[in-house]
Amino acid sequence: MATLLLARRHTWLSLPLIVGLAVVGFWLLATLLAPQMTAFDPLDMVARRLQPPSWQHWLGTDALGRDVLARTLHGARHSLPIAVVVVSVAVAIGAMLGAVSGFLGGQVDNAIMRLVDITLSFPPMLLAMAVAASLGPGLGNATIAMVIVWWPVYARLMRAQVLEVREREHVEAAVAAGASRPRILLKHILPLCWTPVLISATMDLGQVILLAASLSFIGLGATPPTPEWGSMISDGAAQFYSWWVAFGPGLAILTIVLGFNFIGDALHDHFDPRSK
Amino acid sequence: MTRYIIRRLFAMPFLVLGIVTLAFLLTTVTKGDPLTAIVSERQMNNPEIVAAAKARWGLDRSLPERYVIYVGNLLTGDMGTSFITRRPVGQDILFRLPATMELVIAAMLVGATIGIALGVLAAYYRNTATDHFARLFALFGSSIPVFWLGLAVLFIFSVKLGIMPGPGRMDARLPQPPEITRFLTIDALLAGDFRVFIDALWHLILPSFVLGWAVAGTISRLVRANMLEVLGREFILTARAKGAGELRVVLRHALRNTLVPTLTVIGYSFAYLLTGAVLTETIFSWPGMGSYAVSAARGLDFPAIIGVTIVGGVVFLVTNLVTDIAYVVANPRVRLG
Amino acid sequence: MIPATENAPLFEVRDLRVAFGRAGVSLEAVRGISLTVDHGEVLGIVGESGSGKSIGMLGALGLQPDSARVSGSVRFKGLELVGLPRRELRKLRGARIGMIFQDPLSSLNPVMTIGAQIAEALLLHNETLSARVALERAEELLTLVAIPQPDRRLRQYPHEFSGGMRQRVMIAMAVANDPDLLIADEPTTALDVTVQAQIMEVLAALRRRLDIGLILITHDLGVLAGHADRVAVVYAGEIVEQASVDDLFARPGHPYTRGLIASIPDMSVERDRLNSIEGTPPPLGQLPGGCAFHPRCPLAQEICRASAPPIRGRAEHIAACHFADLPEGSTR
Repeated sequence: MATLLLARRHTWLSLPLIVGLAVVGFWLLATLLAPQMTAFDPLDMVARRLQPPSWQHWLGTDALGRDVLARTLHGARHSLPIAVVVVSVAVAIGAMLGAVSGFLGGQVDNAIMRLVDITLSFPPMLLAMAVAASLGPGLGNATIAMVIVWWPVYARLMRAQVLEVREREHVEAAVAAGASRPRILLKHILPLCWTPVLISATMDLGQVILLAASLSFIGLGATPPTPEWGSMISDGAAQFYSWWVAFGPGLAILTIVLGFNFIGDALHDHFDPRSK
Repeated sequence: MTRYIIRRLFAMPFLVLGIVTLAFLLTTVTKGDPLTAIVSERQMNNPEIVAAAKARWGLDRSLPERYVIYVGNLLTGDMGTSFITRRPVGQDILFRLPATMELVIAAMLVGATIGIALGVLAAYYRNTATDHFARLFALFGSSIPVFWLGLAVLFIFSVKLGIMPGPGRMDARLPQPPEITRFLTIDALLAGDFRVFIDALWHLILPSFVLGWAVAGTISRLVRANMLEVLGREFILTARAKGAGELRVVLRHALRNTLVPTLTVIGYSFAYLLTGAVLTETIFSWPGMGSYAVSAARGLDFPAIIGVTIVGGVVFLVTNLVTDIAYVVANPRVRLG
Repeated sequence: MIPATENAPLFEVRDLRVAFGRAGVSLEAVRGISLTVDHGEVLGIVGESGSGKSIGMLGALGLQPDSARVSGSVRFKGLELVGLPRRELRKLRGARIGMIFQDPLSSLNPVMTIGAQIAEALLLHNETLSARVALERAEELLTLVAIPQPDRRLRQYPHEFSGGMRQRVMIAMAVANDPDLLIADEPTTALDVTVQAQIMEVLAALRRRLDIGLILITHDLGVLAGHADRVAVVYAGEIVEQASVDDLFARPGHPYTRGLIASIPDMSVERDRLNSIEGTPPPLGQLPGGCAFHPRCPLAQEICRASAPPIRGRAEHIAACHFADLPEGSTR
């Protein structure tokens, strides 16, 4: 029967991946060039308040008469960098602790993994809220809170990788050749551990953007008048009947997270074709 | 197997203590001054009032002392008094937990039903329009911010179309049934008031869909993958060779074989639902733990925030434990690490 | 229920083809197989894995994968199965035609008890049967295939059975509704040698007792030696030789058949390796021109590369080889 299964055509550059890259690319562009992409200042009152979408203001104006489109485009300048910072710092901390934990084992491993277990015992949003509230409102503190929530994920992943790679032959050969322990970890184990961690990190960017927006939405992230998507939706909730106030930022979050999810999905299919 | 369960149960108290400690540590790193929440700004310059407030809330003790007091109080169920409601946090949470549970369970049912149905269809009609739709549905579910989705469905279905009720658990004009379980649907049934029961169910639809969408997506992806695997197995051919119809082959033979991993992912989705409930409740004015947590966080009401975080952590821990144990019990051949 | 035509053979396959892929780039896994089985007769179908012998029989009963298309004619007691509505086909499968598969572990549903699985086979084809009666009948069936303690075994799951016992369960399930035809696809391949003999014994006993027509699909010609009446040898989706079992072993007409006979393990001779045929069957869609077997054939000449061989021999013994040395006669 096996010979009857025709070889599956492998489309690496699938449609979802292209769409995902295009959408994320657009928001990357907005991050860099938001001021050039819109005629309006995101903080200035440029029209009468709560105007519905028009040719002048494509996404309408908010309760203070600010242009929603301008604010939405400028929002990328907060959300994307924060997501990148959160994920990179979390990967740096998590991967380091995870690698040390898996490589050394024993009491060090125990201590680090118990910390991971405890941190992962909290529903992520609740922990992020508690940390952010303790540190006080503000995007910086929200960033710290998200790192605290996110690093254990990478610690676990990295530890599992190190444990697996450690058993491979070339590592045993290096040990037999008398290489020092740090050298074995850095030269022989770690280079083979990064791929799954980086894939997972890419896929997490979207989720971090969502979490950041959620924190801002409940007032623990960005503070007014920062054009951050979550707090803009919070403004929109206050102006419930002027639907356009929340529409722009909501669409922004949806598209960028969807973009990252499309990319992550394609990566997942590529590296794990069984699920196809 | 028994040893595994005992080991897991044995670890529980340590994990709970870990949660408590971590939660307590959070209160010590605080930069925001909780005093501003209890003492009006004009009186902050009055040392007498500030000192009195500090003494009342135990803010002037040393850290280790506060920790010991805190853990001791927790053991007796005392989580302190909320700065905002001025009621014991434990009592606040106890009163609000049922509303959250009702919403989370409804969302879980919605998510599991849609997710399993879509997953089965996607696997059976693999690589067709149905499959692509299921995939998009799942991706959208994990991409839409629930607070925005909540606003959108309220605006569309309640305001514009007027076919769905607005926020809240029930129509305020209806008589409130006596609070026995604090699950509104159950209380309404206990009181024999079907109008309230139907109204409560009606109010559950929008928030549980908003909350359940992402879970439905996750479940459908997992069910699809498992169904694909099972549908390719030989016993499916046997069932067809026996003369079984396709519906029977899919539901009785294939789906039943994916039940254990499906139940497991439903169990683990609890964490997501608790997280999502925080935001969904805020949008739908749902009087549960989530909206309590949000108002506590906004008002820097530390006893309340910490209380909710601890309870959330413990609930999360227990559901994961139950899921893990159920998985092992249902699957005696699983190799335990 | 079934319009049984007088004198029609029990199971008659004419020019059966199974093709994969979209129209235009269709790849034929089965390229025109014709064979006949009668009541009480055992037909062996032998060929290497991938030769199309299994997919052909699955296709004949409408069990081919979704991506495959079946053409030709398959008549069961005169009733044409190709193109028969799925509902009608389902009424035959498991009722009039039973099937047994290679790996008895993966062929049984791991989350259903043995009793439930056998009872299901009964209940699917008899709506008036009660669940209790079905279970009683399942117990009788386990006795029929010589499984000890059938009442206790009914409540067990497949993983609690040994390989041989599982295959007995599969057989019990396949004969639950007193079928006229049984198709066994490599029924002993996954089993130990000693258990193989037992299973073949069970099959033989059942066939005699229930007067079933049996199609025995295998890659091991040795299995057929004591058990089949006639043998069809399949190579690359075609029947290359068909004869009575004695005739086939005595005077194999096709070099492929000779290779298969030579590769039967001989217990009396110590050998490190079996005499196997060099090379592998052509993959789907990469058929060589002329005789499909010529790249592996020790006798291959220019003519084998140039033209497909005619069918030589008489009705009771035919072979598709340019050099088959068989008594000639009309095959038309």
